Amino acid sequence: MLDQAEAYLTADGRQIGPVVMEMKNITLRFGGVEAIKDISFDIREGEIRAIIGPNGAGKSSMLNVISGFYVPQEGEVFYKGEPRAHMKPYEVARQGIARTFQNIALFEGMSVLDNVMTGRLIHMKANLFSQALWRGKAEHEEIANREVAEKIIDFLEIQAIRKTSVSRLPYGLKKRVELARALVAEPSLLLLDEPMAGMNVEEKEDMSRFILDVNDEFGTTIALIEHDMGVVMDLSDRVVVMDYGKKIGDGTPDEVRNNQDVIDAYLGVSHD
Amino acid sequence: MLYREAGDFKTTYREDNQTFPIKFDRYRYYAVLAVAFLLIPFLINDYWVNAIFLPFLIYSIAAIGLNILVGYCGQVSLGSGGFMAVGAYAVYKLMTAFPDVSIMIHVFLAGAITAGVGVLFGLPSLRIKGFYLAVATLAAQFFLVWIFNRVPWFYNYSASGQINAPEREFFGVAVTGANADSWATYVFCLIILTFCGIVARNLTRGAMGRKWMAIRDMDIAAEIIGVNPLNAKLSAFAISSFFIGISGALFFSVYLGAVEVGEAFGINKSFLILFMIIIGGLGSIFGSFAGAAFLVLLPVLLKNLFVAGLGWQPDLATHLEFMIVGGLIILFLVVEPHGIAQIWRLAKEKLRLWPFPH
Ligand SMILES: Nc1ncnc2c1ncn2[C@@H]1O[C@H](COP(=O)(O)OP(=O)(O)OP(=O)(O)O)[C@@H](O)[C@H]1O
Ligand SMILES: [Mg+2]
Repeated sequence: MLDQAEAYLTADGRQIGPVVMEMKNITLRFGGVEAIKDISFDIREGEIRAIIGPNGAGKSSMLNVISGFYVPQEGEVFYKGEPRAHMKPYEVARQGIARTFQNIALFEGMSVLDNVMTGRLIHMKANLFSQALWRGKAEHEEIANREVAEKIIDFLEIQAIRKTSVSRLPYGLKKRVELARALVAEPSLLLLDEPMAGMNVEEKEDMSRFILDVNDEFGTTIALIEHDMGVVMDLSDRVVVMDYGKKIGDGTPDEVRNNQDVIDAYLGVSHD
Repeated sequence: MLYREAGDFKTTYREDNQTFPIKFDRYRYYAVLAVAFLLIPFLINDYWVNAIFLPFLIYSIAAIGLNILVGYCGQVSLGSGGFMAVGAYAVYKLMTAFPDVSIMIHVFLAGAITAGVGVLFGLPSLRIKGFYLAVATLAAQFFLVWIFNRVPWFYNYSASGQINAPEREFFGVAVTGANADSWATYVFCLIILTFCGIVARNLTRGAMGRKWMAIRDMDIAAEIIGVNPLNAKLSAFAISSFFIGISGALFFSVYLGAVEVGEAFGINKSFLILFMIIIGGLGSIFGSFAGAAFLVLLPVLLKNLFVAGLGWQPDLATHLEFMIVGGLIILFLVVEPHGIAQIWRLAKEKLRLWPFPH
């Protein structure tokens, strides 16, 4: 086993850093339902970590535990070596964790640009009076943050729709705008819940390219849930496999692909 | 081809952030301001000011305030009448307690006091939403009217239970009391409305406005991207009540001069202002103006038509007026739920293409 603090090179020559997020013996229950059962794994700096598993396996729940939205009944979460204190959801964003949702959660009444700009809110601190008069700090912040937003808009190739209302966009573009909103916050950890669900092949290719570029250019650590095995194998450095709330596999894509439990889960071998 | 963006390139984000990015809109805005400040004061008489201009200016401020809360932040409120009453009684207490301080300062202080009261009554919004919040604000409405009726300190122990605005000057010109000239009251309210409009526009196009709209559109997602819901909702209640309080202060001190709280600031007022923003357009500053203008002008027009034009009995005309206004509100809700502001936007989109249809 590798040391937690140790960095290493993967088989295809990618630099993976020390552990940033560690889940220790997490159990999460909803009433009588155990959505997560005693799961441990870690996320390393700079890697793309996939979480896969059949429907209802508890993947989204796990992402919610990572992001601090759900507090597990048992187990501990360590972020950057510190045990996670109980936090409000809006405090998590300030810790450098951003996410997208399985069911798109954009602000439908606002334009694309305004949606992306909401991702910068945690960086905007001008006081009420400055904002009311549109003078001083408020105006400077508005322009400086607009520049950051426009960079991400360029990066994700959505310049042409920046003034369009989000409610008018097709599904694939909405997913992209949601990624823009998360990215523009400049998170150190990005959580993506099925970023490619419901997309056609071409859109999936675009999205895969963006995810790789984000990881590459900004050095963002990414944890993502995805059903398309081809995509997962291509993108991720390491994969966690879940089934019925349990972890049944953890390793590089090749290791996971050849794991008998994983094969059984995906081929639908009956559980007793 | 006058109205268009083409050829009007923005080379900086600062230019693109302007309130009116299209040149033609900007010029029209300056023209409206020039007419309002430099022309109208010389043309109007008592009738025009009292029947149309003062109510329009003052209700516009209230509509902007309510629109911030309901249209931008998505928190339903039926308490506007009560908050206007807070502004009215605050300005009355201030005017009588500190007669030497400028009335302008008193009006803004009254707004600030109302903001504080608004935050207090906004606290339930942290727990409840929608219909239940509307009921909670309705309780605030009745409670506030009740307390101004019941506690004699608020009306300085006057025998009638009413409050009366003493005469106060602004730059040597009387703007409240019986001797105030109508043009002076108009200009005084216009200055305050212009200020309120600009502040509201600045707040809604910047960081604060995005926080509010994020909470309105999807509060859970807003929280996860880092918006503190407590902060966003209570700031909306505060700013909204600030404007509504100013409007109530002006309604009492400049417009009516004497007020009986249940009559002037009852539940009807709350509904009137809510109708204004629904008809004008939720989430639009322009819509607040348009809705106020519509509901101030319509009864005046109908009355002139029925009584002066057709020679009907005034009380019959009043009944018909209610029915027509009510019918129009329903028509609006069905045909154009986004209000006059949306009709205006669509018209501008057409105009942008004119004279070529595609
Ligand atoms: N808020 C909740 N309340 C009650 N039960 C829940 C809740 N969220 C999830 N569950 C249950 O927990 C289990 C895991 O759900 P989860 O959404 O994490 O699965 P998933 O792996 O993301 O599935 P999918 O691939 O369909 O998105 C399911 O049985 C689900 O019904
Ligand atoms: Mg899921």
